[in-house]
Amino acid sequence: MDADDETFAPITDEVGANGGDEQRSRRPIISGDHLDIEAYASLYSGRTKIMRLLFIADHSSDEKVGNPSMNLEALRMAYDEIKKGENTQLMREVAQKINGRLGPSYELDSAWCDAVDHRAEQKKEKLDNELNAYRTNLIKESIRMGYNDFGDFYYAHGQLGDAFKSYVRTRDYCTTSKHIVHMCMSVILVSIEMGQFTHVTSYVNKAEQAPDALDSITIAKLRCAAGLANLEAKKYKLAARKFLETNPELGSHYSEVIAPQDVATYGGLCALATFDRTELKSKVIDNLNFRNFLELVPEVRELINDFYSSHYASCLEYLGNLKANLLLDIHLHDHVETLYDQIRHKALIQYTLPFVSVDLSMMANAFKTTVAELQKELEALITDNQIQARIDSHNKILYARHADQRNATFQRVLETGREFDRDVRSMLLRSNLVKHDYNVRQFRKL
Amino acid sequence: MDPLEALVAQIQGLSSTPGDIARLHIILKQADDSLRAESTRLSPVLGQLAPSEHSLGFLYVLDAFTSGQISKQQAETSVPIITGFINACNAEQIRLAPEKCINLCYPIVLVCKRLKDQVMMLEAPIRGAGPLLTAARKLQLSTEHLTPLHSDFLMLCVLAKCYKTGLSILEDDIFEVDQPRDLFLYCYYGGMICIGLKRFQKALDLLHNVVTAPMSTLNAIAVEAYKKYILVSLIHHGQWQLSTSLPKYASSVAQRSLKNFCQPYIELASSYGTEKIAELEAYVQTNTEKFENDNNLGLVKQVVLSMYKRNIQRLTQTYLTLSLQDIANTVQLNSPKEAEMHVLQMIQDGEIYATINQRDGMVRFLEDPEQYKTCEMIENIDSSIQRIMALSRKLSAMDEQISCDQLYLSKVGRERQRYDFDDFDVPTKFNI
Repeated sequence: MDADDETFAPITDEVGANGGDEQRSRRPIISGDHLDIEAYASLYSGRTKIMRLLFIADHSSDEKVGNPSMNLEALRMAYDEIKKGENTQLMREVAQKINGRLGPSYELDSAWCDAVDHRAEQKKEKLDNELNAYRTNLIKESIRMGYNDFGDFYYAHGQLGDAFKSYVRTRDYCTTSKHIVHMCMSVILVSIEMGQFTHVTSYVNKAEQAPDALDSITIAKLRCAAGLANLEAKKYKLAARKFLETNPELGSHYSEVIAPQDVATYGGLCALATFDRTELKSKVIDNLNFRNFLELVPEVRELINDFYSSHYASCLEYLGNLKANLLLDIHLHDHVETLYDQIRHKALIQYTLPFVSVDLSMMANAFKTTVAELQKELEALITDNQIQARIDSHNKILYARHADQRNATFQRVLETGREFDRDVRSMLLRSNLVKHDYNVRQFRKL
Repeated sequence: MDPLEALVAQIQGLSSTPGDIARLHIILKQADDSLRAESTRLSPVLGQLAPSEHSLGFLYVLDAFTSGQISKQQAETSVPIITGFINACNAEQIRLAPEKCINLCYPIVLVCKRLKDQVMMLEAPIRGAGPLLTAARKLQLSTEHLTPLHSDFLMLCVLAKCYKTGLSILEDDIFEVDQPRDLFLYCYYGGMICIGLKRFQKALDLLHNVVTAPMSTLNAIAVEAYKKYILVSLIHHGQWQLSTSLPKYASSVAQRSLKNFCQPYIELASSYGTEKIAELEAYVQTNTEKFENDNNLGLVKQVVLSMYKRNIQRLTQTYLTLSLQDIANTVQLNSPKEAEMHVLQMIQDGEIYATINQRDGMVRFLEDPEQYKTCEMIENIDSSIQRIMALSRKLSAMDEQISCDQLYLSKVGRERQRYDFDDFDVPTKFNI
């Protein structure tokens, strides 16, 4: 008897409390701290590192979370990274943004720029000559290598359009499927940097059609690229599926594009926003492969588990803490608001689903909001037909409401009958008019 | 003998059998011009003829008598004569039409049109409404036939504001039309009568017929009808979209040009779509003159009112009970009292189902009590089924009729392939 009592009481408390009280043990994983830029940047390499740092620099100046030190830190790291490469355009940009705030060693180094440009000219000439030689010799493999080199050269110098064209040209000279895959991967990389995600999708499809040349790492890379393309196209469900299918061997092999933490975050959030409960359980929570990714971002793991076990308050709290950092992410920036809204709506709908009547004050407690706010949100969801219920505003209770199928059917039938009646009558009338008009014309002709 | 008197004698003599009447018809047509020349001497002649037996003759004489310019006093005397004739005349005799023109201008139609003019001149349109109704019914070949008199009759009803009489003729479905112009006017005035009686669905149907009728050039009636169509759509359905307003079977002329003439109304509709009452009212204020010029201001005011109603109706979907204060706030009314009045009005009109608790200031929304289990409902459904089956039969009959039609076959024959799939010896043209 006692054991039963003990188990009953905490359950009812838990339903109401929804994970909001202090005694829960697995709490201290919240990271409301600002993004550690060095750690973040070390996850990436190549051009994307620079772009991400610049993005952070731009957005940390106007975001509520930003502070000037983060801005400068990002710019400094970007400068250092660019110096290692050969992109003078970006160098000029960064120098302008720094504006002398970081001291004399971080100003526009014109000597370096000129040297790099000069070197670039020479290299370009050399590549050009080589390519022409190969083209006259008509050796497919050399021509392909030539165009590839050109592509790499343009990419390093930031001329993405030309890089894209060069890579695409290698297509005619690819002989094995390995070549095709290599070409696709290069094109995908350039397209992602350019932001043209339609190309990404088409080239991913192309690459996937050559199964024998694909090792698991390449497959994982392709999945990530496809996921990114879907994310940008706002097809969150497809994006989630792609990210979840990525196998953990990816590791840091695709650091020119994406880090495994990102895979976890993007995949987790998109899944949470679009999957229904069964899918969430089977594809995310029970997914062993994806678990490896989730280990890298424990907040996302916690937040998904909380959502699944209906601890909405803590779930929403994690989301709130993550928001600031997610807004600094180059790919997710535009989608954070939408995804968050969708997750919140799903939480509200899922809360009301099992009940015939819900006390709005308890619900407001669970979601850490006021009754008035909650009423507004619920009203929007009901009008949208996402929740089948009605609000008793006087007693502040939400009553589930099930549409009467029989009455609805009768109404529809009568309405269809009326419409048919109207349409056929006007149609007969119109055909009569046309016939009359035609007769008159014929009559006149005769 | 005086040709006039000879004519009178012939009329009196030849009005008994159908053969005689046909001969009389020919004689009268020949004598038409001479009658018109002597219009001044015709009133005693009218006294000699009896409208019910000598209808055809009376009609021709009457036609000649009223053909000239008529002053107000003369109108006073002639209106009763025409009215009397219409009430007493023989329906078959008056349907005989002159074959010379395609436009089928029955003499009776001309006479009635003159009646209408005279009645308007006397500023008593109601005097013409009754007779015209009788005339229309007599002239019709069947209840599905539209005569030119229908539109005149409806116009008089609108002017005289006796909508109920107009409604009786609108209940008939029209399938046969002689002149498209009659149809336009008929539907337009019919729409106005239905709006007056607040039967918005029927008004929408009629106006829809005008707007989607086949026409080669745009006419003013269609433009005016389109304006009213927009307004009634807003009142009845609560929405109106420019892109979907005209279905594909509307004439291309209409689809292209109608909207250019109705700009203020289209903007009104888009303002309505934003669901902000203040904006809507402001727009109406600024454009009052334009609406007034089109005589649509009353309708526009009803549109504004309908917006409140629609907002309240939306509330019934989300709330079970709501305080009057909240209703006033959501629907942007000024006070709970106003909200209460609106809700009360809507309950009385049967537009929502609710109870008002005045003590708490709450309104409780109820479900539609119709259970579809009563005898009346079953009868209703049954009659709808019968009606639709009749319509289907009519549709198939029409389809059969067209496929046997000479013109259709000749056109189809011309357009057929040279060689048919199965056989080789198919004639390339259907020569009938």
